[in-house]
Amino acid sequence: METKLMKGNEALAEAAIQAGCDAYFGYPITPQSEVLEYLAREIPKYSTKEHIRVVLQAESEIASINMVYGAAGAGFRVMTSSSSPGISLMQEGISYIAGAELPCLIVNVNRAGPGLGTIQPGQGDYFQATKGGGHGDYKLIVLAPSSVQEMADFVFLGFDLADKYRNPVMILSDGAIGQMMEKVTFGKYNVHKTEKPWATTGKPESRGRNYITSLHIQPEKLEVHNLKLIEKYKEIEKNEVRYEEIMTEDAEYIFVAYGLSARICHKAAIIAREKGIKAGMFRPVTLFPFPSKRLNELAETAKLFLTAELNSGQMVEDVRLAVNGKVNVEFYGRLGGMVPNPEEIVNKLENLISKENVS
Amino acid sequence: MSAEELTLIEKTDKNISEEADALTNSDAAVNICDADEYSVVYERPHTLLDVNMHYCPGCAHSLVHKLIMEAVEELGIQEDTIGVAPVGCAVFAYDYMNVDMQEAAHGRATAVATGIKRLLPDKYVFTYQGDGDLAAIGIAETIHTINRGENILIVFINNAVYGMTSGQMAPTTLAGMKTTTSPFGRDTSVYGYPIKVSELISQLPGSFYVTRQAVNKNTAVRKTKKAILNALNYQKLNKGTCFVEIIGNCPSNWKMTPLESNDFIDEHMVKTFPLGDVKLPGAEDLKQLNQTGDKQPC
Repeated sequence: METKLMKGNEALAEAAIQAGCDAYFGYPITPQSEVLEYLAREIPKYSTKEHIRVVLQAESEIASINMVYGAAGAGFRVMTSSSSPGISLMQEGISYIAGAELPCLIVNVNRAGPGLGTIQPGQGDYFQATKGGGHGDYKLIVLAPSSVQEMADFVFLGFDLADKYRNPVMILSDGAIGQMMEKVTFGKYNVHKTEKPWATTGKPESRGRNYITSLHIQPEKLEVHNLKLIEKYKEIEKNEVRYEEIMTEDAEYIFVAYGLSARICHKAAIIAREKGIKAGMFRPVTLFPFPSKRLNELAETAKLFLTAELNSGQMVEDVRLAVNGKVNVEFYGRLGGMVPNPEEIVNKLENLISKENVS
Repeated sequence: MSAEELTLIEKTDKNISEEADALTNSDAAVNICDADEYSVVYERPHTLLDVNMHYCPGCAHSLVHKLIMEAVEELGIQEDTIGVAPVGCAVFAYDYMNVDMQEAAHGRATAVATGIKRLLPDKYVFTYQGDGDLAAIGIAETIHTINRGENILIVFINNAVYGMTSGQMAPTTLAGMKTTTSPFGRDTSVYGYPIKVSELISQLPGSFYVTRQAVNKNTAVRKTKKAILNALNYQKLNKGTCFVEIIGNCPSNWKMTPLESNDFIDEHMVKTFPLGDVKLPGAEDLKQLNQTGDKQPC
């Protein structure tokens, strides 16, 4: 075990090397360029004739994601990373990857938008990440780190889940988690690499040709393929839900937040407790599959959910769907790269509580 | 239909059946049928699957598919070949070519091929792209892939229209040529001039061998076959991208018979897109090729 002080983006890049990432394809964009920079420096050290490891700066995010497609289709452990505008450019490729069921890891260090927006942290890409993002019916597995340690851990987890389900996995981080420095410990994980008999590695006589495609021109066949994908997503929902709870055992008021917002809400819950409010925090770690079932259970006893996000209200819709009217779900958001402080969120909660008492 | 026209058709039908009878009754025909021994002068390459193709009658795609697969078979590299076919008429190429293949998004074939080749540098990787794919939506990938000198073969079918979406103007549509989106002919003051991709990319140091061929007559087919064979073989050298542009036809969207479309290539297409080698490997490079032998992986 080795503990280092690292930036989130660099921890993620180092984890990629340790998790046996064969190839990284990317394009510079703030606030995640450190990933490409780190790997451009480090990956060549690990590349040998027997085990070729590749880092390549592509001409665009569009090219990056299609290089990922090619290398993933050839059976390799591959990733790319970008930030919001670049992830938008990748959506076509991600849809093809999901359709062709190729395992790979895509990292979005979310900045605020829309358009060029700003380079400060945002969570405005929640819908894009969890509801498909590109065209057609598909899902990514979405992991939301809220610390530098998780930036590293989720690379190992992400690659394993991608291989297990032959599905693209997204790490949805943000500009603050990517840029901040924290302690990070490596060496906790084993690398699991799976056989990929479907990969296009050249057709030996012993098998028929392998081909990678998302094309099913006959509607009858595409529907069968769509249903197969849906079955896979159900399986993922059954097995892979992850979340974290802080002081929820007796909580009457529960903050629901992920990523950077969850760090702020954690502190807000502590402040609220000091003020005598029975507050807790629920943090979805997987945004898809969403921890709906557990939220629904918590709604039995809680009086109010307050969802806090760095957007105009996206995950809050999933929280409302999860509790299905059992409990009031309120929202607090900051926009444009502005980050709330914990007191702001506690104030919001106190206002809501006083309104509740009046009515 | 007028009486005159009907008579003409009847006459023509009669002529055809008379000719057929004559052929069947001739000595030559009898001799062929009576021959005891045959020698195989042609057969389908085993690298091409024995299935019906979806291409329109007279289309160049089926022929070029066969040429590539013949080259793969002759070089003995079926086990080491991976193809990439993006959106376009040839998107189903994997239904016909008996090698591992990847379908790519529109314009992205060379990026996909880059991903494959960088990790499997000992394999032979080729893309098979149309003009809209390679020269319009995918021109950035095309130029950057070749500029990096990716050690792959790009087969570029240039028939001056979008075939699969039924005949819209392409970046290589000839000046004045009518398509469904240039119904009065390509107006160069609005849409510019056809892009001469081979000449363009031959300027990049990353391109190793660039040639423009056709398949509208026997001699042209033989030259194209040779070009594909050489280009695949050059991958052994790891010297850069090989680019074989093939002037194809599109009888359906050119609204011509296959024969007329073949003539159109000679009469019009080659004036804008002259046939022949645009960039050749140096003598030193070729010497090295002979030293590597024929059957080694590249």
